[in-house]
Amino acid sequence: MSLIRVASLVLVGLCSVVTTASAQPTPSLLSPTNIFAPVSTPAQTIHGLSLFVLGVTAVIFLVVFSLLVYAIVRYRNRTDDNAEPPQVYGSSQVELAWTVIPVLVVVALFMASARVIATIQKTARPANAIDVVAIGHQFWWEYRYPGLKVVTANELHVPVSDPANPTPTFITLLSADMDHSFWVPRLAGKTDLIPNRKNETWIDPHETGLFLGQCAQYCGTQHAKMLLRVYVQPRAEFDQWIQEQQQLADTNEAVSEGRHIFESTACINCHTVAGTPANGTFGPDLTHLMSRDTIAAGVAENTPANLRQWILNPDAIKPGARMPAMGLGQHEVEAVAAYLETLR
Amino acid sequence: MSTIAFPGAPAISRPFVDRVHEWLTTVDHKRLGILYIGFALTFLIIGGIEATIMRAQLVVPHNDLVSPQVFNRMFTMHGTTMIFFVAMPIVFGFANYLLPLMIGARDMAFPRLNAFSFWLTAFGGLLLYFSLLGASGLYGAGNAPDVGWFAYAPLTSQTFSRGHSTDFWTLSLLVSGIGSIGTAINILTTILCLRCPGMTLGKMPLFAWLILVMSVLVLLAVGPLTAAQIMLTIDRYLGGHFFDTQAGGSAVLWMHFFWIFGHPEVYVLVIPAFAIVSEIIPVFSRKAIFGYPFMVAATIAIGFLAVAVWAHHMFTVGLSSNANTFFVMATMAIGVPTGIKIFNWLATLWGGKILFKTPMLFCLAFLFQFLIAGLTGIMLSAAPFDWQLGNSYFVVAHFHYVIVGGILFAVFAGFYYWFPKMSGRMISETVGRLHFVLFLIGFHMTFDFMHVPGLLGMPRRIYTYEPGRGWDIWNLIVTTGVAFQAAAILVFVSGLVWAYFRGKPAGNDPWDAWTLEWATSSPPTPYNFAAIPVVRSRRPLWDLKHPEDPDWKYDQ
Repeated sequence: MSLIRVASLVLVGLCSVVTTASAQPTPSLLSPTNIFAPVSTPAQTIHGLSLFVLGVTAVIFLVVFSLLVYAIVRYRNRTDDNAEPPQVYGSSQVELAWTVIPVLVVVALFMASARVIATIQKTARPANAIDVVAIGHQFWWEYRYPGLKVVTANELHVPVSDPANPTPTFITLLSADMDHSFWVPRLAGKTDLIPNRKNETWIDPHETGLFLGQCAQYCGTQHAKMLLRVYVQPRAEFDQWIQEQQQLADTNEAVSEGRHIFESTACINCHTVAGTPANGTFGPDLTHLMSRDTIAAGVAENTPANLRQWILNPDAIKPGARMPAMGLGQHEVEAVAAYLETLR
Repeated sequence: MSTIAFPGAPAISRPFVDRVHEWLTTVDHKRLGILYIGFALTFLIIGGIEATIMRAQLVVPHNDLVSPQVFNRMFTMHGTTMIFFVAMPIVFGFANYLLPLMIGARDMAFPRLNAFSFWLTAFGGLLLYFSLLGASGLYGAGNAPDVGWFAYAPLTSQTFSRGHSTDFWTLSLLVSGIGSIGTAINILTTILCLRCPGMTLGKMPLFAWLILVMSVLVLLAVGPLTAAQIMLTIDRYLGGHFFDTQAGGSAVLWMHFFWIFGHPEVYVLVIPAFAIVSEIIPVFSRKAIFGYPFMVAATIAIGFLAVAVWAHHMFTVGLSSNANTFFVMATMAIGVPTGIKIFNWLATLWGGKILFKTPMLFCLAFLFQFLIAGLTGIMLSAAPFDWQLGNSYFVVAHFHYVIVGGILFAVFAGFYYWFPKMSGRMISETVGRLHFVLFLIGFHMTFDFMHVPGLLGMPRRIYTYEPGRGWDIWNLIVTTGVAFQAAAILVFVSGLVWAYFRGKPAGNDPWDAWTLEWATSSPPTPYNFAAIPVVRSRRPLWDLKHPEDPDWKYDQ
């Protein structure tokens, strides 16, 4: 049957795609968010388990697939007579065999999974761990470093962790409004941020660099543009970043017009600029806005043009974003942007 | 009221209005079955169009074919439509049409409840789509619901979902849920009370056993959903705080309620698919089903386990490690009875004389695809692996493999197999094969390749995605497959219409089959059987055709 052959080819194709994806020597080339390119203990532990599960399921697939193809080809009707084949009603021995073997397979898979669950969920927090509180908002991320008195948004900075002397980051997950999910595939599996509930996840990245991800629980109109950026830095660089973030905002007389507009409109209802009267908490903290590479939760690069577009009309960049267009004129936008650009 | 048509009597032509009136007021299980199926096919087309809009939007990154608001409505309506107004009605349609015929009864136990249940379901579907016109409400906010088909709290609260779109979603599921419960009660009673003489439970066709288990699951599952919808409405309009997190309510409570419904629901849909396959594979292998008692036992085991696995949809919400471990165990355990089923179908093929008619082609594809769907299910059941795969496109691919590759393929098999009984005419094999090949290609292009972006970190329910994530090519292939699926559906529908008017007459028993529905005329008379049959085995027509080697000598 040619149809059956087509079907089997397609199915073999699927199987090979799934398994080669896991066997890629440099899978990070496929995607910056490939789950098969882990660089942090939770993601690596999951990766180990996933290879085991993929291996077991691949064997099951090959065995059952071959049996099916064999049966279909071997027992196809090849005669024109109307004689019926011998009727077989069942066999308890055979049934027992194909009950017991799957039970054993399931037990093995279960034990392996249970072990990984315990490894990841029951890891004790070492004394030198970095604490971060991540708060999900529609549609951006707030990060607080409670011990270090730093508040930032959308770009999480953590120190690299040496496997010999780990400095993991423990992230408490909260939500201000909706269910969200924190998912940076190369660092850890996802954990949801749920209002009125406290969750926790942890990472200990072994490589420096920028790791991407995005919200993985539908949270409203702009769920798609709630991107995650995790900057893993050498310890010294991280400490310096913390020190900079601890500073109050710059005060620069040259931009007092923009600052005045900012402080006398609704901007300050939502945004904080530390050291000024602006202390809103509904939107991202802007004290060190210019230290960030992106705005609008990773959606746009933090360029002068994008910043002005955002102030003028956030919907043009992110339709459905919670920040309203403030109805500022061209000159006022320019003044406010000039003020924001001093917030380094 | 309606005149009884005798087989062979010339059809009396009646005015069109009379015929419409007969269909609207019918309590005949066969007509209600066909109404269910027609209703479901209509919504299948609508849900398919919604899916096509989504796939067109995702064909390239940063596409702006539709706004995020429209995209979010599309996936909400697509999911809700396909589950509640396509899959469930189609399953109920087949059950309604076939059960009384298969067990030698003249109708369902409660014909009026049957009609009531159908019209509730139909009303629910219309109510959902009326939201497009009626949901603007006081705020002028929103039209169709946009909260996702599992509508997680607190997205559904008054604060975040203004206007009435969420209310239309809530009420349409509430109404159709009551219809589902009515049908489940009806099916249970019919099977338990109306079997023909000689048909003990152990001699029922496997189809009847599986539909029995499905009905029990409907009774267990739909209640919590209905309760949740009422609680949500109380929250929205009477100041309740069940799911209102701003006032101390719990978002996780909604998840529990929804998935206590939602997981058994998967089995509500897939068990009838098993039922169809379990009838068709034996006939086209020319062998009795292998291991009948084990198939029944496996189904009952699946039924029990199905109500103890719901939290595997919640591995990422931060349950305790003990809870996660329990639900891993329960979920993986389902693999055992499911495996038993696949092996028994395989053993039915083994040693048979396999005839590759269209119904059998769909069943064989079902076997391969359900195998893969089961194995990706095993991957997702390992909670840590799910922490990566959950809510990604891998999950979307997995459950479409179950629902399209499994359930829809089985339903297509059922169409080709029983259409001759329902209409008295055959669907041409050429049309069937063309439909099969096109749909097989489209299905595999779309849903095989959909696994990959999930493995590469693409979450579901995003209206657009960033370039440079390695997702572009996979999304392009996935969308291309939709064109093949759409072409296949076009071939299928036109084939059905053609066959209805011009198809070759089928005769009573075109497939040389063995269950009681093939003993009566095609289409069956309103009273089904001139005399209630008496059976001695699971394959009464085999006994008639092979008096020298009857089944009743061997049935355990």
